[in-house]
Amino acid sequence: MSVNYGSKRVVVGAHYGLRDWLAQRVTGLLMALFTAILLAQVIFSKGSMGYDKWAGIFSTQWMKALTFCVIIALLYHAWIGMREIFMDYIKPAFVRLALQVFSIVWLVACAGWAIQVLWRL
Amino acid sequence: MSELSSSPRPKRPEFRNINAFNDLPGYRWPLASIVSGMHRASGLMMFLLMPFIIWMFDTSVSSEFSFARFTSAFNNGIGFVPGVVIKLVTLGLIWAYLHHFFAGMRHIRMDIFHTVSKEAGKKTAQLTLVLSLGLTVVLGAKLFGLY
Repeated sequence: MSVNYGSKRVVVGAHYGLRDWLAQRVTGLLMALFTAILLAQVIFSKGSMGYDKWAGIFSTQWMKALTFCVIIALLYHAWIGMREIFMDYIKPAFVRLALQVFSIVWLVACAGWAIQVLWRL
Repeated sequence: MSELSSSPRPKRPEFRNINAFNDLPGYRWPLASIVSGMHRASGLMMFLLMPFIIWMFDTSVSSEFSFARFTSAFNNGIGFVPGVVIKLVTLGLIWAYLHHFFAGMRHIRMDIFHTVSKEAGKKTAQLTLVLSLGLTVVLGAKLFGLY
């Protein structure tokens, strides 16, 4: 593994950025899979959609575990995407840093809220 | 070589310090780049609206009582926000999700099959727009109670 910290960190060459590139795709696929599973449960379960049926989908332990993973995947996926947007369009270092810090706080707060909702079900 | 240097060609434009107002309007926007730009815009939109998305998740699953509040927000509005605004924002989110989904699948397809030709790029960009906009209309009609 190449050094990715300190003054001797590798910032160019093969595989630089590969981790984010791959993570973006893996987390995206996980969320796509979640979408398909959620959709299947909405479409194929019997009866009209109401509170019981909707909350019931999220109350099974395996669905909670999957949703938890998806929340974490979304957190990481959105961070990579936002970082990319900032790197492309925001040039002043201070503004970029401030926006990146804001994004992290925003995303972690959102993930915390979503996990809280999920885990008290 | 001599033919190349003898015939004077029109000078190609040079972009060094790109000025958003002077240079960007002259850029061409082929279909693939429209899809790409909208991929970013839809991602940013979902990032900014994430608290609203989690609010929907929270109120819809937490209790019978909150579920009633959730449905009433869409029909009668909530606080000072009328229901139609909630529905329009949701419609925007539906579009953003669908576009981001299909544009992402387009990328994964390119990564797996290495189909990165200009023609394939245009075709898959068309497909992305047709699928995302088509499904947005279908789901939007349901959202606004047209069927």
